[in-house]
Amino acid sequence: MKDNGSDNRKETLQLAGRLVLMACAMFGFGFLLVPLYDAFCEITGFGGRTNQAAAVIEERADASREIRIEFVTTVNEYAPFEFEAQLPGMTVHPGGMYEAIFMARNLADRDMIAQAVPSVAPAQAARYFKKLECFCFSQQEFGPGEEKDMPVRFIVDSELPDYIDTITLSYTFFDTARLSDNSSAARHGSKQ
Amino acid sequence: MTSAVIDAHLSEEHHGPAKGIRRWLYTTNHKDIGSMYLVFSLVMFLVGGSMALVIRSELFTPGLQFVDPAFFNQMTTMHALIMVFGAVMPAFVGLANWMVPLMIGAPDMALPRMNNWSFWILPVAFGMLGSTLFMDGGAPASGWTMYPPLVLQTGDAFPFLIFSVHLMGLSSIMGAINVIVTIINMRAPDMTLLKMPMFVWTWLITAYLLIAVMPVLAGAVTMLLTDQFFGTSFFLAAGGGDPVMFQHIFWFFGHPEVYIMILPAFGVVSEIIPTFSRKPLFGHDSMVYAASSIAFLSFIVWAHHMFTTGMPLTGQLFFMFATMLIAVPTGVKVFNWVGTMWRGAMTFETPMLFALAFVVLFTIGGFSGLMLAIAPADIQYHDSYFVVAHFHYVLVPGAVFGIMAGVYYWMPKWTGRMYDERLGQIHFWLSTIFVNLTFFPMHFVGLAGMPRRIPDYSTQFADFNSVASIGAIGYGVSQLLFVYIVVKCVRRQGETATDMVWDHPKGLEWTVPSPAPYHTFDTPPRVTEGATFH
Repeated sequence: MKDNGSDNRKETLQLAGRLVLMACAMFGFGFLLVPLYDAFCEITGFGGRTNQAAAVIEERADASREIRIEFVTTVNEYAPFEFEAQLPGMTVHPGGMYEAIFMARNLADRDMIAQAVPSVAPAQAARYFKKLECFCFSQQEFGPGEEKDMPVRFIVDSELPDYIDTITLSYTFFDTARLSDNSSAARHGSKQ
Repeated sequence: MTSAVIDAHLSEEHHGPAKGIRRWLYTTNHKDIGSMYLVFSLVMFLVGGSMALVIRSELFTPGLQFVDPAFFNQMTTMHALIMVFGAVMPAFVGLANWMVPLMIGAPDMALPRMNNWSFWILPVAFGMLGSTLFMDGGAPASGWTMYPPLVLQTGDAFPFLIFSVHLMGLSSIMGAINVIVTIINMRAPDMTLLKMPMFVWTWLITAYLLIAVMPVLAGAVTMLLTDQFFGTSFFLAAGGGDPVMFQHIFWFFGHPEVYIMILPAFGVVSEIIPTFSRKPLFGHDSMVYAASSIAFLSFIVWAHHMFTTGMPLTGQLFFMFATMLIAVPTGVKVFNWVGTMWRGAMTFETPMLFALAFVVLFTIGGFSGLMLAIAPADIQYHDSYFVVAHFHYVLVPGAVFGIMAGVYYWMPKWTGRMYDERLGQIHFWLSTIFVNLTFFPMHFVGLAGMPRRIPDYSTQFADFNSVASIGAIGYGVSQLLFVYIVVKCVRRQGETATDMVWDHPKGLEWTVPSPAPYHTFDTPPRVTEGATFH
């Protein structure tokens, strides 16, 4: 369409170059979504995400209000563990500090490393559920057949919206040996 | 353009195509590459269709009869991957390769060598994907959406799945870059942007969508790959990741992807309906704005695929209303197609029949899409056969009918011969009847609670499922008639087509002889008043 062929060629390559850059930028954007998603979950409690490091909060119990806390425990597929809460649930006052005990037993006859991943429902309650101490903050090591009592200490923030009267705290127990050992052989092994 | 000018072109010195296989391996000619894309897509359509027939045979009656559940899941997954990336997308790229230069008066695509590459990557990608059927652990069976953690349980096929998706993405991105550069830089001097035919416009928009989202898919599957083999935890909860994040990233690609598969079909029927209504396209510019709005909105509705993953109320409301908003520009398009036909001197040749069926049946798929957009109702519809009915309505009588309409419309220009009109009409009626027989009952079983992706089902769904299976077999067999019609045309049997082919169609592609010579528009044509739709 242009009189000068080489001019046109140059424009073509420039535009193509810009489009390649755009494609590369979008590839990067895909990865940028990961920290964006994390930040989004952190702020909104989306996905039932709770604090992943010990929270600092003052204890000031509001005896006029009662919240039912329920515990759910799940063992991830293929993880050789027994894992349950000592009590099915408890009733707490917002602002007060409480402790719940979870028990886990290694069913395998070798050393195991496990990681508990917490989730809170309803998601709107997630950011008001503050864990001061939790076995989920770090990986747990188990000797062959070892059984452990693991505490979680928490305060339900008294700012919790009025319409919430029950909070479910769920833990999933994962076998993370394969995460420490990056070889794919270990992963395939653990799937059998 | 007068025929004298064309004759002058033809008498110029041209080396014709090379002979034998090398012609196809080394070709940089947009018409050769377009043909290869279309043939490849037809082959993939038949392969993916055979897999659909395996699925429908298994579902003909309740209980397990022909295949085991693992193989059934491989079939649903491979059927989807092959149809989406192997049949529908390459068919549109093939149409773009053939028609975009002819419609804008360009001698070829802007980057012919890259064009050759973007085609030849595809057979490699699908060779790799197909080979997984013979591997330990079988082909991928986690659905085409590749959700973790399920997809991470794929056997030896896993890395092949990831790399073939990478290659398909690479091919689409290269094709898209080529289309954009061609349209922006190679138009005939008087071909202003708003004079461009709708097919060119919809492809320009589609190409931008492809460049924006295919790299995101590449990123998502790369994360799957590193999660599986390199110890990362993007999607593994145990390591601090979140499997739901994959769904967000996937559908950020996935929703624009569904418009990538339908916008060019909008373009095709926007060419066909004016020709056979003998009227200019009603509201050309509003069609352009509608297509652009659909493309923009497609980026902010992805989470309507994930209402059941749990989402704050405001999120559900936002994605619900944004999704419903898409019905507005889509309604503009349907209105304009009907407006084009209004008081037109309509005739009903095969391309027009397919275009009309497209308008009606795509709209049915659009309406079931609106139902699915309703967040509270979606909890019931999610992962049921209703969803299967919905997306097959927009993809089969939608995208596939659009492609077939385009093939019938332009095939005389490609081959120089008219297709057999009588057989074309029979093909149309068989396809339309059987496609509805196949997919309409799926609405009912879906609303009654039949889940998708299962090889066995409750006996209460038996009758509708056998109807759907009969429809599927009928639809599959009638496509062999299509193959016969195409082969007959390509082998130069049938009436000779005139240069204009149809009754005074508008557009530059009808100013070149039939069949279109190997090289066209070496000097740019003059776009006279009335040559396009303006």
